[in-house]
Amino acid sequence: MSAPLIRLETRAISLPETNTDTDIIFPARFLLKIDRDGMDECLFRDRRVGPEGEALDHPFDDPALRDAQVLVAGPGFGCGSSREQAVWALVDWGIRVVIAPDFGDIFAGNAAKNGLLCVRLPADTCRTLAARADAGARFGVDLPARVLTVDGARVAGLDLSDAAVQAFGEGWDEIDVILNREIDEIRRFEDDHRARQPWLFA
Amino acid sequence: MTILPPERPRTLYAKLWDSHVVREREDGSTLLYVDRHLLHEVSTPQSFVALDRRGLRPHRPAANLAVPDHAVPTRGRDKPIADPMARAQTARLVENVDRHGIPFIPLSDARQGIVHVVGPEQGFTLPGITLACGDSHTSTHGAFGALAFGVGASECGIVMAAQALAQRRARTMVVRVEGTPGPGVTAKDLALALIAQLGANGAAGHAIEYQGAAIRALSMEARMTLCNMAIEAGARVALIAPDETTFAFLEGRPMAPKGPEWDAAVAYWRTLPSDEGALYDREVVLDAGKVAPFVTWGTSPEDAIAIDAAVPDPEAVADPARAGRLRKAIAYMGLEAGRPIAGTRIDTVFIGSCTNGRLADLRAAAQVVRGRSVAPGVRALVVPGSGLVKAQAEAEGLDLVFTEAGFEWREAGCSMCVAMNGDRLEPGQRSASTSNRNFEGRQGRGGRTHLLSPAMAAAAAVTGALTDVRTLEAMA
Ligand code: SF4
Repeated sequence: MSAPLIRLETRAISLPETNTDTDIIFPARFLLKIDRDGMDECLFRDRRVGPEGEALDHPFDDPALRDAQVLVAGPGFGCGSSREQAVWALVDWGIRVVIAPDFGDIFAGNAAKNGLLCVRLPADTCRTLAARADAGARFGVDLPARVLTVDGARVAGLDLSDAAVQAFGEGWDEIDVILNREIDEIRRFEDDHRARQPWLFA
Repeated sequence: MTILPPERPRTLYAKLWDSHVVREREDGSTLLYVDRHLLHEVSTPQSFVALDRRGLRPHRPAANLAVPDHAVPTRGRDKPIADPMARAQTARLVENVDRHGIPFIPLSDARQGIVHVVGPEQGFTLPGITLACGDSHTSTHGAFGALAFGVGASECGIVMAAQALAQRRARTMVVRVEGTPGPGVTAKDLALALIAQLGANGAAGHAIEYQGAAIRALSMEARMTLCNMAIEAGARVALIAPDETTFAFLEGRPMAPKGPEWDAAVAYWRTLPSDEGALYDREVVLDAGKVAPFVTWGTSPEDAIAIDAAVPDPEAVADPARAGRLRKAIAYMGLEAGRPIAGTRIDTVFIGSCTNGRLADLRAAAQVVRGRSVAPGVRALVVPGSGLVKAQAEAEGLDLVFTEAGFEWREAGCSMCVAMNGDRLEPGQRSASTSNRNFEGRQGRGGRTHLLSPAMAAAAAVTGALTDVRTLEAMA
């Protein structure tokens, strides 16, 4: 179950690069881990730690940003590999909201299941927000009110269904939703499907 | 008597989608029935934890097929896996499938290989189905007219538990490939040309359907290459309508229907192609006759150019954000703006992956390699996509063509495509690779990857540099 997300107000980290793929967010060699502990240490690892183990200058290691829960990213954030570790690592580090012009489709699907809110805004808005983030502004997100604020002023609405606000607010558990509410319909569909395409059930 | 309106022409995507709708939800998503689920060792450990924590069992174990591929070594298979983490992860898959009764192809099995090679090979992949896998290159299976898409680990758990997933209907994009590809131009080159045209996330939110005479003429292997790379343009789903080529490929495969069921299935599959007059949200045309052999120069698959072109010059780019990205990519790749890409020295060649690790790919590479030798100082690997591909290649003597030229001939797996199994580039090393991603560090930290076709990879291996395969004389 994901941690509830209702409203927050924090500083934001900006990473305005285009096509920050999930290999950058979570390098493949750490995919060998079979649990979900210590994901935050793998986050952006090769951007944060040099080949000799030296610390590189990266916003995710800036003590002033340690409490940031918002990331302002560039276009194509989370494109590439389907690894859900990219989302787990962001959430594990503390990020709950990513703002970008667009996202990798699979990343966005994984994000929702883990209570990470993806907010799509036009590219020039994202650039302005990145500059505000760098200048130390505080970003506010209020899901029930469906609004994004910067230093208290509204900058955008959030396009969220009631069901999504509720799911983020209560913590997301898709397996339980499906098994508790929809399994009978799945079974009914399955019976019809078997009658139509019996070769799939041989 | 009521007169029904004539049925609206539908796309292949719409037919696949409509035939799997369990329920439309209030929030605008659709609960979609999932016919098949492919599993590998890397994306599923946490999925099984999610099941076990709730005491859940797979809804329909026979709808799943598991095979280790990403983390497994490609040599020394008779010994235990050396890397303790890879060993533990592979062992975990064995425990999980055992406990849950999921069909499994072990590492020692001749059929083991990359999920996206094994699925079609076994006839697990069929037209008309929905297929999910915790892997973004699941789009590969769309070559059969299957609605196949990559999912995350949570969704793998949901598919196993419920045989269904909540999805949002994608917009549709038809890519009409016209004309005939010239000599030396393959499906990989078409894929790279298209990604360069669309951009790495240019097809996000879309399901691509490839159409046109050039597509109909492609083998299943080539179709899979094309659909495989769709995710590199941001499309989670790619499709090609099933036809005689598809049926001929599938007939007699171990898990394909047999006898009267085969006939019934083919009759159904023939109804799947998009109807005349079906509408798409976007249309893109690619003239195959104008595509040259392609190669990537940068750190995104969209950084693809014809082999006779030059590395782009950021100074000539007006958009500062784009110029900045180009500068960064050129620096990472250790290249020079404005210089021809051909002639760039490489030290590693990787032929394999779910993009280009099939028999047709190995044949194409072998044809270039035959009678030549790997250039001095170059490490060249051939990693077949599956054990069956490897066996077939050996039956044709391709392994000897490669090994006599100085290539290493390995066991099947993902290998240097994702560099999780010990096959990787060292910092600063430069590869010519038939895989699908040239991301920073994808083939090993600090490694530099140039994506290209198997024939182009072979040309790079024998010359030691990125080379236009068309300039190499065919050898007898
Ligand atoms: S070969 Fe590469 S892209 Fe294909 S499944 Fe394996 S790691 Fe993924």
